[in-house]
Amino acid sequence: MEILVCIKQVPATTEVEVDPVTGVLKREGSATKVNPYDLFALEEAFQLKEKYGGQVTVLSMGPDPAKAVLLEALYMGADKGCLLSDRNFAGADVVATSYTLASGIRKLGEFDLIICGKQTTDGDTAQVGPETAEFLGIPHASYVEELYRQDDTTLEVTVNMGNYRIRQRMSMPCLVTIEQDVNTPRLPSFRRRSIVGPKDIVTYSLKDFDDQDLNNYGLKGSPTQVEKIFPPEHKQERVMITGTSQQVAEELEQLLSGYKFI
Amino acid sequence: MKQSGLHINQDKVTPEIAAELLELCPFNGFDYAGGVLSFNASCRVCRICERRGPAGVVSFHEAEDDTGGIRKEDWKGVAVFAELEGGVLSPVVPELIGKARELAKVIDHPVIILLVGCPEFAMEDLEQEILSYGADVVYSYSHPELKEFRVLPYAAVFENFIQTTTPSSVLVGATNLGRSLAPRVAARFTTGLTADCTQLEMKDNTDLIQIRPAFGGNIMARIITPKHRPQFCTVRYKVFSPPSPTKPFGRVQSMEVKPEWLEDNTKVLEILEKEQELDISEAELIVACGRGIRSPQDLELVQQLAKTLGGQTACTRPLVESGWMDARHQIGLSGRTVKPKLILTLGISGAVQFAAGMGGSETIIAINSDPKAPIFNIADYGIVGDLYEILPILLEQIKARKTKEQGEVLQ
Repeated sequence: MEILVCIKQVPATTEVEVDPVTGVLKREGSATKVNPYDLFALEEAFQLKEKYGGQVTVLSMGPDPAKAVLLEALYMGADKGCLLSDRNFAGADVVATSYTLASGIRKLGEFDLIICGKQTTDGDTAQVGPETAEFLGIPHASYVEELYRQDDTTLEVTVNMGNYRIRQRMSMPCLVTIEQDVNTPRLPSFRRRSIVGPKDIVTYSLKDFDDQDLNNYGLKGSPTQVEKIFPPEHKQERVMITGTSQQVAEELEQLLSGYKFI
Repeated sequence: MKQSGLHINQDKVTPEIAAELLELCPFNGFDYAGGVLSFNASCRVCRICERRGPAGVVSFHEAEDDTGGIRKEDWKGVAVFAELEGGVLSPVVPELIGKARELAKVIDHPVIILLVGCPEFAMEDLEQEILSYGADVVYSYSHPELKEFRVLPYAAVFENFIQTTTPSSVLVGATNLGRSLAPRVAARFTTGLTADCTQLEMKDNTDLIQIRPAFGGNIMARIITPKHRPQFCTVRYKVFSPPSPTKPFGRVQSMEVKPEWLEDNTKVLEILEKEQELDISEAELIVACGRGIRSPQDLELVQQLAKTLGGQTACTRPLVESGWMDARHQIGLSGRTVKPKLILTLGISGAVQFAAGMGGSETIIAINSDPKAPIFNIADYGIVGDLYEILPILLEQIKARKTKEQGEVLQ
């Protein structure tokens, strides 16, 4: 079973703030990590590989340092990595990102199953998986909790619909996004460092793709535009309650009682 | 043709300027090597380097071909996808129709609705219910095979709806179904889709202003889709308020479902009911805790307070990630959106993703030891203090008051 997992490098912390005076973004270090939701996608892929054989390829898009997350995935159990990196990919929104990923996947070959995390912690959209499936022309299922391979071309999945679940059969090739906490992601193994490494990662740029039209990538290929970014609005009339713990507890009690919750 | 985007004037780049820009960029979007400064794939085109960097080094160019090939006047209508759950209108739908009405009024467009169901459902009642929220036209697609959600048939129906009605904007609920279907359809039209909008406004030129938290930080982004139609967005339940029902004035258009739309090699085997789950989005009072809680044992204090006040407990993402609380209790962009009468936040700094999930609360009371915590910017009542000191006193006081009241009743 040939499986591809899409992963993303995200900031290790989400504590980015806007300086209210200068309007400049304040950044707390530049540490990065694998998007936590992708770990469940990777684990699902490794378990399928252990059961049915085949290879797991990991794909990411980003600048050169994003190879770090591909390496981490290799040490966890992936066989090959691929980074899509080109300055023309910069400024991509969901459409341009998904189109670039789909182009990269086509370039890499044929896969029975593509697995993504349910969303990323920096974008929080949950849209790149389904849009990539659309650009590849294959079916998808989002928020998959359970997944069985029925035969060479059929998958059985249980989909979390929020208030209910759907158990359905779908044909491969297809794409699924994995719900969080459905498995226990494994840690990178030191033993694998002697087997896999940077040599197992290929980098593709725009020149490697069939579609060379710059209008389809990066900012130019992005229908959405960020007009501006700004700090969240502040409430004008707010009351600060100060004093000793005893005093504020008393005021708080009055307040809660005023709202009829006591 | 010059490509739109950020451009660097290399003549002005010195090692000092390069270092300044590298420091300024919050996304590590610059590379500087061999005397050449360039953007790498981390650049998000936030344009901070253009606006805040040394003058004349970075500039932004709009594409010369500015029309993008679409005629905005050909796209008319603010559309809403009327999601059904077990044959009943999803509660987010009235909220979306209410907002669509406001947006449509600005540009004098109709509010049009896509309804997808099956003859087994009470389609006529549903159509009337939708009209009572102020819709102009309900496009109703009904077929036995559309009873359960299958993404490709639903996407095919959606595609037909857009081709038939050419709406300018499309609003979809950010439910699990909406978050699976909307991107599929938006990609089919290679158009923009903005997830989890917290505010929507309409420009006179029919561009939809979509505001949402962005870049995984304490920042809001104002997003537009200037050269593509339709403009897709998703909105969560409880972000907008439902309209009061009105006397229906719109009409229903029955639509044909083509058999070829239904072929997708997918078979729904069964629908599994979930056990009645706790739903914090319906709670009237929420006691929420964050990283100010030091150990999982201390959650007992929070639960005790919630129980005493008759509310529910909730938390921020870090507490879910560390396994202290179940994901169903999580408020925020990756959790639930809540709109209680009152929310008491304990040791929560107030990251924008969290704020996006509870900003609609009627009253916010925040306790945090850090006077600079952003939660105090959105709180109605702020308490700078140690929750480990305040909570036990508060619980004691409430207990004393209740004992006293009971005593009075007995007398």
